[in-house]
Amino acid sequence: MTRLLAHDALLVSLAVIVFGALVAPVAIRRGRRDWLPLAFAAVYTNFVLVTVAAIAMVVALVRHDFSVSYVAQVGSLATPLFYTMISLWGALEGSILFWAWVLALYGALVVWINRRRPGNLVPYAATALLGVSFFFAILLVGPADPFLEVSPVPSDGPGPNPLLQNHVLMAVHPPLLYLGYVGMSVPFAFAVGAMLSGEVESDDWIRLTRRWTLAAWGFLSAAIIAGMWWSYEVLGWGGYWAWDPVENASFIPWLTATAFLHSAMVQERRAMLRLWNLNLVVGTFVLTILGTFLTRSGIISSVHAFTTGTIGYFFLAFIALVLLATLAMIAGNSERLRTTGRLDSAASRETVFLLNNLFLTAFMFTVLVGTLFPLVAEAVRGVKVSVGEPFFNRMSLPLVVTLLLLMGVGPALPWKSATREELREKLLPPVAGAAVLTVLALLVGVRSAYGILAFAFVGYAVTANLREYWIGMSARHTAHGEGWGTALVRLVGGNRRRYGGYVAHLGVCLVALGVAASSSLRSEREATLKPGETLSVAGRTVRLKDVWGREEPQRSVVGATLEIIEAGQVRGTIEPRMNFYPGQQQPVPTPDVRSTPLGDLYANLQAFRPDGSNATVKLIHEPLVPWIWLGGLVVVFGALIGIAPSRRGREAVAEDAVTLGGTVPGAVPGTVPGAVPGAVPGAVPGAGAGVAAPALPRVREEPA
Amino acid sequence: MAANSNRRRWAIVAVALLVGAFAWLLYGGLDKNIVFFLTPNELLTKGAAGYDVPVRLGGQVKPGSVKWDEKSLDLRFAVTDTGGAGEVAVRSTGSPPQMFRDGMGVVVEGRYGRDRVFNATNLIVKHSNEYRAPKAGERPQEMYKTLIKGTGS
Repeated sequence: MTRLLAHDALLVSLAVIVFGALVAPVAIRRGRRDWLPLAFAAVYTNFVLVTVAAIAMVVALVRHDFSVSYVAQVGSLATPLFYTMISLWGALEGSILFWAWVLALYGALVVWINRRRPGNLVPYAATALLGVSFFFAILLVGPADPFLEVSPVPSDGPGPNPLLQNHVLMAVHPPLLYLGYVGMSVPFAFAVGAMLSGEVESDDWIRLTRRWTLAAWGFLSAAIIAGMWWSYEVLGWGGYWAWDPVENASFIPWLTATAFLHSAMVQERRAMLRLWNLNLVVGTFVLTILGTFLTRSGIISSVHAFTTGTIGYFFLAFIALVLLATLAMIAGNSERLRTTGRLDSAASRETVFLLNNLFLTAFMFTVLVGTLFPLVAEAVRGVKVSVGEPFFNRMSLPLVVTLLLLMGVGPALPWKSATREELREKLLPPVAGAAVLTVLALLVGVRSAYGILAFAFVGYAVTANLREYWIGMSARHTAHGEGWGTALVRLVGGNRRRYGGYVAHLGVCLVALGVAASSSLRSEREATLKPGETLSVAGRTVRLKDVWGREEPQRSVVGATLEIIEAGQVRGTIEPRMNFYPGQQQPVPTPDVRSTPLGDLYANLQAFRPDGSNATVKLIHEPLVPWIWLGGLVVVFGALIGIAPSRRGREAVAEDAVTLGGTVPGAVPGTVPGAVPGAVPGAVPGAGAGVAAPALPRVREEPA
Repeated sequence: MAANSNRRRWAIVAVALLVGAFAWLLYGGLDKNIVFFLTPNELLTKGAAGYDVPVRLGGQVKPGSVKWDEKSLDLRFAVTDTGGAGEVAVRSTGSPPQMFRDGMGVVVEGRYGRDRVFNATNLIVKHSNEYRAPKAGERPQEMYKTLIKGTGS
């Protein structure tokens, strides 16, 4: 019953999608704008229908309706309710259904919010979104149909992949990833809309999609960090990143999306990089589809690659179609894509943004080539190869440290052109921060050149970004006599994207520090212990108390209880386990982690004697790993600041007005013209124009 | 106008140089870091060219060859092609995966030394995500039922 209902909903949605995608262009061609609401209605209807199908699937899962093929594949009576529900995205068909639902949700939101906008941009964008939906609808009624009938109905199923039901992060990582991945369809749809409607000349599509891109980027960032965390907490090898194709698949579009967040600002401010930005947006979207292809087609074997049949060809065809169509659109718009702005000076923020884009793109290509090479080698030369971690590390480390440095330089430079004094005033002080962290790195024992550089540049970037806050706040404080709290709130409120960006930079710095420290200062020991024996790593000691077993409804658990010993006293326990799932030959390791602000003690149960007389344990000390998770939160917080609605609702206009403020001529660096409250030109309340001085950022006026 | 097109020409040259240099770096990096996936037979037929290069060796754990010393964590076993042709001795430090057994599919990462022993740095047990009913003797419960208190069965 549910099965048929859901199946019909998906079939009808396919028809609705086709109708909507056709009606919009026809309406525009014929000048029948009164037909456009039909296209928008198709977007909403598609959302309703896919929602029905998704809910039907969750209901079928919860009711253990094994007549539905997907439930028969991933369900089991013994699986706890929570993991039963989240197994919606536990295998191929369900994850495609979930993807289609997220896409339909984005489509409905985008169209609803922009429905009153005049012009053809939004209808064409809706068409593009429906086009993407069409692809997923085809998958859902064809090769990835989750609602096939199973007969005879099995009495029980195997349950989800044990790795996916072993940790709560599985409820967090996939939805975040889909929200991020699918969210990249929104800027893509607007780019297509802009090209089809000819509005690509106005740069308006960039402004319209700014929040969407930032939101998708925030989700994707969070998803990548959550994925690292999951890998750390579940896989038992004590690492969080292995340049696994599936990790790379999520990281590659993140790199181009990050590049776009920066270069979009250059286009808005300086009318440059139009063609480049279109390429970044289309590229990011295609890379998300490519990533899905890599992880969902079974072409690469890993935890995520569910085995399948022909679905890979559908993905390849879709990618080819998107690339051809967008190339044709770009060619058709070549006149309109001429850049009108130009680079004034090498010492400017836009130069740093260009470099940032250059390095991020190079990074993207590096990871992409390393990921795809094995496929190409096998297809072309018939040899099975893999690209080792050394390739990724060696190629990416120089890029990463350069990007860290740029993260400190960019915020310090003004748009257009910086004077010599500005450069000295802005670029020199953060060197102190770099010096402090370099000394610290040497003291704690970091010896690799890239490790030390990473510490130094993180020190530089953190100081430079915090200093922007400090300069802005103290300028407001002196100019308006605002309290520090008020100054902070108004500073950020006046230019959310800029100051949210600095927060995101700080988050990236925390992640970089955590990665640098944990990869260069990690120490591990492994030993077979009898109860009462101890094992020490990096000054921390554990003693095996006992090895035990326990039956749980859906699995059997074997664990080792280790007491953490400090100064002869027991200071808590750490319990690595192994979970045995029925029908799976291999147990799933379940390491245990004790975190402190300075680092983790990580224990994994490697082996044990069935009689419990000993256990082989791996003990790892990993400094600063919690900083990676914290950094991820800070990045997301930065994105949230950037997305939050501006109090004045006319951010973009204000930003442009402020840039024109320029520098106050003749001001001596270091002396703040606004030292006397009210003495700053333009600080008259209500004057509207910002004030900037060499040592000062723009001070934004609030309406009286 | 002339200055403009000149500038453009230089920009194109600069970009081409950058892209070229980057491509060369990538190529060099790939060339040195490719890890071939070989079966024992394929590794042996390589002869001296197979020594001391990173390899992923895939095959079957030869029945009866597994020796593990709990104390020193020294693990030794032999890998053969499926069907038994070719045989490479493997040494690894660290504990074997819990279900490591005779005859199972395995991938070992490491280098084949001139002493004719494959030094493994990483050991991956091949397993499939597909469900299949456990065979007799494979039931995981049987491995540790002595550990579970109060279950008589």
